[in-house]
Amino acid sequence: MTGADVLLLALGAVAVGSGALVVLTDHLVRAGLYLVVCLGAVAGLYLVLAAELVAWVQVLIYVGAVVVLLLFAVMLTRAPIGRSEDLNRPAWPAAIIGGGAGVGLAVLLADAYRWVEVAQGPPGTAELIGEAVFRTWVLPFEVLSILLLSALVGAIVVSRGQR
Amino acid sequence: MHPTIPYVIAALLFGLGVFGVLRRRNAILLLMAVELMLNAVNLVLITAGGTHGQTFALFVIVLAAAEVGVGLALILQLYRVKTSVAVDEIDLAEKS
Repeated sequence: MTGADVLLLALGAVAVGSGALVVLTDHLVRAGLYLVVCLGAVAGLYLVLAAELVAWVQVLIYVGAVVVLLLFAVMLTRAPIGRSEDLNRPAWPAAIIGGGAGVGLAVLLADAYRWVEVAQGPPGTAELIGEAVFRTWVLPFEVLSILLLSALVGAIVVSRGQR
Repeated sequence: MHPTIPYVIAALLFGLGVFGVLRRRNAILLLMAVELMLNAVNLVLITAGGTHGQTFALFVIVLAAAEVGVGLALILQLYRVKTSVAVDEIDLAEKS
């Protein structure tokens, strides 16, 4: 157990705990706020795993933009502020499939990796990631920009409605 | 650093995401559960992949942002038509 392991365990407990609250709570707005905690903890995990740039992009885009968009949607659909009773379907089938997927994957990965020790790679600074993006992954990067453009146009067309 | 720890965390987050997608009726909460799953995948990519894994995680984050944008446009349009965002009340065979 090194210091990094302890940090990973602590942040992972926060992430999984708040993730559970996201899918279990009866308050729509609170689900969004728990999602902030969960995504923040995952950003902390990225930092411990030496992925600096991705951690800050996670904070900027997920915590900053995606959650704000989701909370906008909560407000625009006039969701009740208090607890709502009609958010869920029966939990049993979902619990069996979700729990099966989660525990199954966990057992599989734990069995595959046992308790091997892996050396940390170089920290993923903006310089390193930028080089990887623009030397090796240029084409996916450009395709992604076209995808963003089409998502933008699509969102505008869908929300304009038929007039 | 023992990679088992982040892998198990990612597996549990993914399971929670699957559970949320299957259990929630509200479309916005469904999107939140999808975000949990995408984050689990990102965690695996970053633990496993070094520089290239981190690049892929960045791409996944961008895809998630695009997905949320289009998803919210669809949800708002659904709310305008149905005044409800419950996913099991959508009649897929309905003629408009």
